[in-house]
Amino acid sequence: MKKDVVFVQGNEACVRGALYAGLDFFAGYPITPSTEIAELLSRRLPAKRGKFIQMEDEISSMCAIVGASLTGKKVMTATSGPGFSLKQEALGFAVMTETPCVIVDVQRGGPSTGLPTSVSQGDVMQARWGTHGDHAVIALTASNSQDVFAITVEAFNLAETFRTPVILLLDEVVGHTRERLVEPKAGEIDVVERLKTSVPEGTDYHPYLPREDGRLPMSDFGGVHRHHVTGLAHDMWGFPSNKPDVVYGLMHHLIDKIEGHVNEITRVKEFFVDDAECLLISYGSAARTTRHVVENRRARGEKLGLLELQTLWPFPADLVRERCASANHIIVVEMNMGQILGEVKKVVKNPDGVFLANRIDGGFITPADVLNIIRITQGKGV
Amino acid sequence: MTVSIHPLKKYTRSHITRTTTCPGCGIGIVSQAILRAIDELEFNMDDFVFVSGIGCSAWIPSPLYNTDTLHTTHGRPIAFATGVKLGLPNKNVMVISGDGDLAAIGGNHLIHAARRNINLTVILLNNGIYGMTGGQTAPTTPRGLTTITSPYGTMEHNFDITPMVVTAGASYAARWTTYHPRQMTRSIKKAIQKKGFALIEAMSQCPVQYGRVSKLGKAVDMLKDFKVNSVKINKARNMEPEALLGKIVIGEFVDIEKAELSEECMNLRRKMMEAM
Repeated sequence: MKKDVVFVQGNEACVRGALYAGLDFFAGYPITPSTEIAELLSRRLPAKRGKFIQMEDEISSMCAIVGASLTGKKVMTATSGPGFSLKQEALGFAVMTETPCVIVDVQRGGPSTGLPTSVSQGDVMQARWGTHGDHAVIALTASNSQDVFAITVEAFNLAETFRTPVILLLDEVVGHTRERLVEPKAGEIDVVERLKTSVPEGTDYHPYLPREDGRLPMSDFGGVHRHHVTGLAHDMWGFPSNKPDVVYGLMHHLIDKIEGHVNEITRVKEFFVDDAECLLISYGSAARTTRHVVENRRARGEKLGLLELQTLWPFPADLVRERCASANHIIVVEMNMGQILGEVKKVVKNPDGVFLANRIDGGFITPADVLNIIRITQGKGV
Repeated sequence: MTVSIHPLKKYTRSHITRTTTCPGCGIGIVSQAILRAIDELEFNMDDFVFVSGIGCSAWIPSPLYNTDTLHTTHGRPIAFATGVKLGLPNKNVMVISGDGDLAAIGGNHLIHAARRNINLTVILLNNGIYGMTGGQTAPTTPRGLTTITSPYGTMEHNFDITPMVVTAGASYAARWTTYHPRQMTRSIKKAIQKKGFALIEAMSQCPVQYGRVSKLGKAVDMLKDFKVNSVKINKARNMEPEALLGKIVIGEFVDIEKAELSEECMNLRRKMMEAM
């Protein structure tokens, strides 16, 4: 066996991807089904010159990574639904202060304590709107260990590029499924490093003044520039301001820097999409089941296709509209009550032709669950 | 005409010309004690990162102090500061915030940072009430006091913060009042130099909110009250609990040496490097 091929859980693929991307600092709190991420990093980070800390709760884990990120470190935390709820306030702080960080949410059944050891995709909307106030956010997902590795590197890259928290929405099945991972060699996947300011010492530095390309070069705490970081609405120096024109500019900047770069942020995988009469849209572990159904039916000559979303937020509206245009039926396959279904309905020409194949009982969605809905769209009944 | 400039002005941002405090507030005294301690130790402002939360006293460094300042969410400055300290182990990281911020909503972070013995200096201003939001009961409000959210008098017992932090494992902890600015300055100097978690609980007057509901009166009356009711810790140790009711025990509660977290992290890293 070649040395770079390993047999790992999705959670470990995430750890390996994070270390590949240059993770320096991890703060976390034990929670099923994400705990393996903290366990592995507690062992591996110190050997990679990084730091690991187990904090007293989920809130402080999120706060600690934001604090460490401001000192120039690449940072991450990992949790599941209940912990993700607790992190929302500090996640909003990272949005407001434009602090790069990666938050992994290995989704389990909810609400509340719910089903700690069962799979779900119920946190999609929480990733979008969990923290209060108008904002934009990036949320990514993947369906297998190989993709988890790559998308974790992407998460760090996008966090640095857009100076924003990036949410990595894994789920219990992806996190715990052990499968083959071919570990990319150094340099095989691009790694984006933090963009540091070139403003020399003694010259006025504006931490919140975007360059022409929209990016905001940072100055680390302890660096040559002294600056202020606050969760309050602030001007381009970072000082609190409640002037309407300043707040207007800030809010539009925070949202436009992400919503205005949807194409750059969008990652999808397409299987037989071009001539699909029935297009299935799925993501995360649900996309594994969907892909199985699509490939089986294709072998029988049925024109099914799969659009696997890896970027959930910002929602790739134009791409989804375009791919759906020529299909007769659209079926969204997800393990919730239709959180992405609603987004798809919003963007397609005929929302009545969009159906949901789902499962919310903690069981993993099966081909039969998907086929039942396909039969209905074919007018065959269940 | 000669222009006199305050000797501590050099530590503040020149364009910040107004503070957010009410007349008679104790924040000015505590802020001076902090800056005098830095001045007397001949530290540079660049040697520090200040982290504060939400509430009146969080505005002491934010955005006034002229260095890297981090103004966090309510109750979490110690958690943010933990990340900052581990990221910058060679900087002095100081948390300045109030009793509502650090002992109520953020109480868990306070005791756990003390337990970890991470090298932070925490200045906790205790005015016994929520000032910024208009005078609500705090976990530090004395039992029986009538406030806006305890119109029939508080029924709860109040926190004794410094002993709690000592029990949690702090390397250094002291309590002074705004009547004792010189002693407070000396303690802040020791706290900054202490390798480990250090707490200064600064009892501070809030004449606008606390003075009003407690009928203690204005700032000067409240300072006199601090003077009359303060008992040195050495004396307090020999007093009956009943005699200490309503008193403020002041002085150094603990001053010990023990393993510190950010240094332990560096030691582990060194060990791992050597093993490779």
